[in-house]
Amino acid sequence: MLHTFVALVEDKPGVLTRVASLFRRLKINIISLTVGHSERPDVSRMTIVAEAAPGSGHRIKASLFKLESVLDVDDIGQLSCVTRELALIKVAATPQTRTPIFQLAEVFRARVVDLAPESLMLEITGVCSKIEGLLQVLSEGDNRILEVSRTGRMVMRRGQHTSRVLDAMRISNSEEEPIIPTTATIGEADGLEVFSGDPNHPL
Amino acid sequence: MSETPQTTASVPTRLTGAEIVWATLAGEGVRDVFGYPGGSILPLYDALRKYPIRHILVRHEQCAAHAADGYARASGKVGVAIATSGPGATNLVTGIATAMMDSIPMVCITGQVSSKVLGTDAFQEVDITGITLPITKHNFVVTRPQDIAPVLREAFLIATSGRPGPVLVDITKDAQQGMADFDFAAAEAKPHRPHPMLSAEQDALTEAIQLILSAKRPIILSGHGVMESSAMDQLRTLAERLQIPVASTLLGLGAFPASHELSLGMMGMHGEAWVNQAIQQSDLLIACGMRFDDRVTGVLASYAPNAKKIHIEIDPSEINKNVKVDVPLIGDLRQILEAILPHIAPRKDSTWIHAVNSLKGDAAVRDIKNLPDLGHLYAAHVIHDLWRATDGKAIVVTDVGQHQMWEAQYYKHESPRTLLTSGGLGTMGYALPAAIGAKIACPEKEVWVIAGDGGFQMTAAELSTVVQEHLDIRIAVINNGFLGMVRQWQEFIYEGNYACVSIISPDFVKLAGAHGIPGATVRKRSEVLPAVADARSSSGPFLVNFLVEKEDAVYPMIAPGSALDEMIRRPANGHTPLLETSEEP
Repeated sequence: MLHTFVALVEDKPGVLTRVASLFRRLKINIISLTVGHSERPDVSRMTIVAEAAPGSGHRIKASLFKLESVLDVDDIGQLSCVTRELALIKVAATPQTRTPIFQLAEVFRARVVDLAPESLMLEITGVCSKIEGLLQVLSEGDNRILEVSRTGRMVMRRGQHTSRVLDAMRISNSEEEPIIPTTATIGEADGLEVFSGDPNHPL
Repeated sequence: MSETPQTTASVPTRLTGAEIVWATLAGEGVRDVFGYPGGSILPLYDALRKYPIRHILVRHEQCAAHAADGYARASGKVGVAIATSGPGATNLVTGIATAMMDSIPMVCITGQVSSKVLGTDAFQEVDITGITLPITKHNFVVTRPQDIAPVLREAFLIATSGRPGPVLVDITKDAQQGMADFDFAAAEAKPHRPHPMLSAEQDALTEAIQLILSAKRPIILSGHGVMESSAMDQLRTLAERLQIPVASTLLGLGAFPASHELSLGMMGMHGEAWVNQAIQQSDLLIACGMRFDDRVTGVLASYAPNAKKIHIEIDPSEINKNVKVDVPLIGDLRQILEAILPHIAPRKDSTWIHAVNSLKGDAAVRDIKNLPDLGHLYAAHVIHDLWRATDGKAIVVTDVGQHQMWEAQYYKHESPRTLLTSGGLGTMGYALPAAIGAKIACPEKEVWVIAGDGGFQMTAAELSTVVQEHLDIRIAVINNGFLGMVRQWQEFIYEGNYACVSIISPDFVKLAGAHGIPGATVRKRSEVLPAVADARSSSGPFLVNFLVEKEDAVYPMIAPGSALDEMIRRPANGHTPLLETSEEP
């Protein structure tokens, strides 16, 4: 089962290794990992998609929290969120064979970002299934995919910053600790759709 | 406590990085460190003379780590080990992993090449922080003198917070040589955030209390966490109020007095048969500061099938790791027990305890302690006699192997921090250096090493350290000419194919003599008590070489893949019990 974790970590050398090493020790395969600056200075935001047994989320999260460099961890589970990924795809194309690819790109709302005599490069942003879809269509027929570069999945929860959550963050802000609004801060009383993260949950 | 101006400065003083290291250690209350100098750590050693800290020179850096470990286990304080870069640092690795597996608070300081040449494969350069990533709670590289004090203070905080563990601080040579302002108070680390997944909410506590009050066959599983949390009194109160028997992990021995009528002793792979049977029959397990290690559970699928489980544990990642539990209470053991106790009224119902006692059945008949020795010297007899001679009050440091298990079975520990043993990693060679640490920590206590001939040889060079530091450590070598535990597994599981387990050792008494340490060889049961008495009356260290039965096995044993109550028992064989060795009042 695919688990998605969003971790806020110290922006220091070696943190990436520590996190990756943890997954290695737990024998969990990382499907994708993307990291970059967050809204706070000195804090990086990591999104990790890992293949692990259902129900292992608690242990992974607990183990991540044990790392001194990890400031907060959110196990996205089934929670309502926006997922995006970016891919650059280079396809073999001559002036004669370009046009069908342009049309495909338009259907998928991908952009042509490079044109060369023998190839062109597409840029596409979206959910995984959209990117997988374009790749599949491109690989059918006579097209030759020369290179694919993908960023890995990035995730952000939909609008959970209610005033109650903001208050919790303000308290934690004064202690200089970043906080990801999780089910713990939100609580079910906020009337948001909060899933337990359990794939067998009836909702 | 003597104070030099540099240690408690409230006004910043300008010091070298090396001086800042010692000043910070002194400020953290460190009195003794264990180490071995070298090129990359010369500046640190040069500054030592200005500070009131004792440095114990070992003979191998692994032993510096083990000594720091033994020091921490015996005293409850943080143990400190120091080594140089390269091979000095890598030699610490086994000792650090040993401490990590048993959750021992330790700070290791390693020298490192100058930051200008880091990453160039310089002389004695090694990426020790990379190497120790999985075996430390955290580690640091310090390249600037002004970072030394804050990093060291944070290292001490991490080592002692939550679930304790080792922390490594790698300090480059130029950081040791550079100058910086030192202000101990200003270098204080931010309070450590408690693990965000601690949870002992009221409804979980209520559920636990209900389970405890309604259980008919409860057992308390007492582990190392009881001592780390100083929860001995609370545990005892809970046990006595409801007459709940207490089983112990190896590392938990001593947290609950062995002589107490509710004490079951060690459980697990080499626990007594009735203890494991009781667990399999129980309807409630109250796990306190233990982690359901595989040595304790036997095959997981059939572990305690009828029991609900309450798990009181400070590390959330241990919950449901091996055993699925019904009520996790994640936090400090003592605080949680104190929240539970007011709801537990005393009850005098000894039905379950009587049932457990009757499970003992014919165990006494199979106990080697009670069997006639037919002229052989058994390790169990040696350890039993040692226990009687020391009144059960010594600090015993064991190595790893059969003797370790026999010690757990036959030396009854009454108080915490009196059994020092490598449980999680099972590191041979641990005993002698750890005993050095324990004796430095507790100079007025009697310290005995119990080691096998295999393990003792691994770190025997530390006998020189014992002599150089004038340590009155008593050493019992359980010498059977084999790597006993491996031989036992080959006997039971590999059809008696003894592969590479027969081992030749030096005459340990002569070896001790070469160090100026007196000793004695014991071949017969009747010689045991006199030799122990000689050791105890000797004014310095003493080594006794016990030549024991070569092919004896630790019983009972749960073979891998077996359930907790499927034990291999010692054959009863028509031996009749000897009255002499029955339990003393």
